[in-house]
Amino acid sequence: MNRSVVLVLRILETTYNIKPLGYERLTVLMTQQNIEPTKTVDARGAACPGPLMDLIGAIRDVDPGDVVLLLSDSDRSLTDVPEWVEEAGNELRAVEEGDDHHEIYVEKV
Amino acid sequence: MTEEIVIIGGGTGGSVLANDLAERLDEEIDAGDVQVTLINDGPDHVYKPVWLYVPFGKREPEDGRRPLRELVDNRIRIREDRVTEIDTDAQQLSTAERVSPTHYDHLVVATGSTLAPDEVPGLAEGGHDYYSEDGALALRDELLEFTEGHLVLSVIGSPHMCPAAPLEFVFMADDWFRKRGLREEIEITYTYPINRVHGNPHIADWAQPLMDERDINTETFFNGEEVDPEAGTLTSMEGSELDYDLLVSIPPHRGVELIEEAGLGDRGWVEVNKHTLEAEHAENVYALGDAAATGVPKAGSVAHYQAATVGQRLASEVRGQVPTAAYDGKTICFIETGMDSASFVEFDYQNPPSPVTPSEKIHWSKLAYNESYWLTARGLI
Repeated sequence: MNRSVVLVLRILETTYNIKPLGYERLTVLMTQQNIEPTKTVDARGAACPGPLMDLIGAIRDVDPGDVVLLLSDSDRSLTDVPEWVEEAGNELRAVEEGDDHHEIYVEKV
Repeated sequence: MTEEIVIIGGGTGGSVLANDLAERLDEEIDAGDVQVTLINDGPDHVYKPVWLYVPFGKREPEDGRRPLRELVDNRIRIREDRVTEIDTDAQQLSTAERVSPTHYDHLVVATGSTLAPDEVPGLAEGGHDYYSEDGALALRDELLEFTEGHLVLSVIGSPHMCPAAPLEFVFMADDWFRKRGLREEIEITYTYPINRVHGNPHIADWAQPLMDERDINTETFFNGEEVDPEAGTLTSMEGSELDYDLLVSIPPHRGVELIEEAGLGDRGWVEVNKHTLEAEHAENVYALGDAAATGVPKAGSVAHYQAATVGQRLASEVRGQVPTAAYDGKTICFIETGMDSASFVEFDYQNPPSPVTPSEKIHWSKLAYNESYWLTARGLI
């Protein structure tokens, strides 16, 4: 999944409450890639911007090619994280939205 | 059997808690049923907010130091020692000064923050800070001589102590240079790791226009990755680069190593229930202040309020009652907006901050509180 597409989807959803046709399917596809994270950051319970900061800290520590899985129950992570990933030139590998928490896979480029 | 309560760390959280327990459990302590021991790795209590004023020649580091023994109730046993290991299964501590382990029935971890500039290559050599006594003094030497060039304040570590202090520093520097007629010769840039100038969106929304008015440049989504002291450059994880003449950073922070070794949490921050402050990975262990990973700021007011919660809970436990006290996330913070004006915020888990209009009155309130802080450490206010 191209990270620019993901970012646009997130902005459409969170800003305008628009889910393009096939959005749910895309989201599911994004989580079916059987990605093995190198490191998992459990930021559940942390208020914004804790999850993003925790992710940035983890990305600092891992090597290029490694994947960090962020667990966050802050909806803001769904926009903050893709924006930063885009800015930093890393790869948003997958996003799984859940009722309790979201799972976001980021690959360090 | 005497019930042993051990507090590790004599900072704001540890000292306020010790005095709280001395008052709350006075009868039990006097009867020998309870003993409270405060272990600190030095003789002094250090009030860190003084350091912000040191680079501007307004305060001395000694203004923020007093002997713990003068501040803590005589009912509390103070041990000058360094804890080297926490065994949460055996409920005992190893320390540098004693061969035999120290048993506890209840442990409170109040070990605070440490700086880790070495995590960023070149930062220790190329950057200055005001988050330590030595750092503040070295920065003062540089700042007093600084008459032209590019001053960069870069928030690299997060979480870090006193989240308002980076904003305060650039506001104060701007005003300080203006009053000395140097501002036109000095460019000031402030960098922050996420896409706004402060972690809290309400404070960021308040601060950004103020920074724009004052010609303070801002660079967001800037996570300092490497400093080249020779070239005078700071590069970020996002691929941008800043030239600097004077780099002031908020370095990466860590808790103490023994917390991770004890399995209590990563990077020295104890994973806790953010309401009860009980450790998630051990029985009979609390953490408070900077050492507790609650998501609220690492600030003295937080440690102060958390100490009251832990004090009430421990007293209930000692008396065989169900502890019900809970920390609600309460945080208060003065924010200097210049050399003679300041704002103020108050917030908790439920209610966001709303910075008040800066005024000279609030600035003097902050300075007055700094003077009366020693009453807080004594548990009086």
